[in-house]
Amino acid sequence: MSRPDMIKDYQGLAGWSDVGAPVVKSGQLIETNAGWRTLRPVINAEKCVFCLQCYLLCPDGTLVKDSGKLEVDYDYCKGCGICARECGFGAITMEPEED
Amino acid sequence: MEARKEFISGNEAVAIGAMLARPQVVSAYPISPQTIVVEKLAEYVESGLMKNCSYIRVESEHSALAAVLGAVATGARTFTATSSHGLMYMAEVLPFVSGSRFPVVMMNANRALAVPWSIFTDQSDSMMLLNSGWLQVYVEDAQEALDMVIQSYRIAEDPAVMSPIMINLDGFVLTHTYELVDIPAQAQVDKYLPPYKTGNKMSIDQPLGVCIGITPDLNTEFRYRQHVDQLRNAPGVIAGADREFGEVFGRSYGSQGGGLSEKYRCEDAEVVLVTLGSISMTARTVVDKLRDAGRKVGLFKIRFMRPFPMQDLLSLGDQVKVLGVLDKNISPGYEGTVFSQVNSALSRKANPPRTMNYVGGLAGREITTRSLEKIFSEMLGMIRDGKAELPPDPNGRVKFINMRWEDHE
Repeated sequence: MSRPDMIKDYQGLAGWSDVGAPVVKSGQLIETNAGWRTLRPVINAEKCVFCLQCYLLCPDGTLVKDSGKLEVDYDYCKGCGICARECGFGAITMEPEED
Repeated sequence: MEARKEFISGNEAVAIGAMLARPQVVSAYPISPQTIVVEKLAEYVESGLMKNCSYIRVESEHSALAAVLGAVATGARTFTATSSHGLMYMAEVLPFVSGSRFPVVMMNANRALAVPWSIFTDQSDSMMLLNSGWLQVYVEDAQEALDMVIQSYRIAEDPAVMSPIMINLDGFVLTHTYELVDIPAQAQVDKYLPPYKTGNKMSIDQPLGVCIGITPDLNTEFRYRQHVDQLRNAPGVIAGADREFGEVFGRSYGSQGGGLSEKYRCEDAEVVLVTLGSISMTARTVVDKLRDAGRKVGLFKIRFMRPFPMQDLLSLGDQVKVLGVLDKNISPGYEGTVFSQVNSALSRKANPPRTMNYVGGLAGREITTRSLEKIFSEMLGMIRDGKAELPPDPNGRVKFINMRWEDHE
């Protein structure tokens, strides 16, 4: 799944004009949005059979299969746990976030 | 159109000022005592006097400012007008416009808020929105109203300011009073006020998300930027706009190189009265009369409440012993809003004058020359041996003038 570009060091319009207005170039993000996650899904690659059930069910599309094995995009994963619950092989566990 | 003189009302002066500023979109909803502004602008658009302007009819003030917000977000120059409960109803949209740094110019006819319901003037409505992020100017007569509509676009659209402006006229007293007004030629206004150009807009070439949500990580920085632009940049831009206006049109309003306030006969004054809006005209005549009688009195006319003329207040001489603030509003349970603002500024002064608050002119109650004379003579009477003695009770510093009934104490 494609990811929107991030604007590093976002300062509104400051870079383009004299005005620091809170606007953003369309289709870009100024920050990731995973701040409220308390548990993170961790994939056990030895148990994963690449059935892609989790990939299909993740409501935020944060499971990435491009490398040939499943990975979680922690920048956007909200920690809902649907992937761990639906995994038929016990390959995903929810582990506490550490500060 | 050529320069000319016309005998017109304050409302018509605002409408003509708006026409001369060439807004591309006007959206407004009629409410007394602002209605004539809306009627006139609709007439100008319909009759072809405002050729490149779209007039959007709406069902409420909330929609009027929301429509203007949409228009200004595309880079259009916009105008709207309201009053009192109309301003309250559009209040939700005000910080959307100011926070987005959109230079909307709006006229507000100062009118009381219910209840007791009234269509007559005081400044409760705009004072309630001091924190909305809009610059606020209060004008004294129809000429200043017309001139400030034109000046306001220059100020609001300046890249160092980029903030909306609310131009306040006392309802009826100013909106419906007829005066001989100098109307500048369109060519002169065009020279003073070039078309609005900005990068802060939605466009096909550079698609933008506007009015975006920003989390606690970055939110404060935008509020701070808005704050310092108004605090540090706006006073200079306002002064410059006023000075250049004087060069082009022969009229300017601020004193001593600034545009935020005007000091009238304050040089050696021991007693100064602070006013805003049309009552300043009456106060001038009272100051003149008392000066003729040898009294050392002066007038400090606040033009802008945002940005606030803090430096101008601090530059009042140390010979000022008593400073009275005439408030046409009350923050119930405390004091007049302008009084709080003035005291806060003066607290930065090493030897501040003692201050009194006179609350009056609420919901159209007249403030006569006689009541102003009484205020001045009360303040002069507080000076003994070069020192001011104020009422010992802190609540006694806030006085309602022209009351029908005595205090209920």
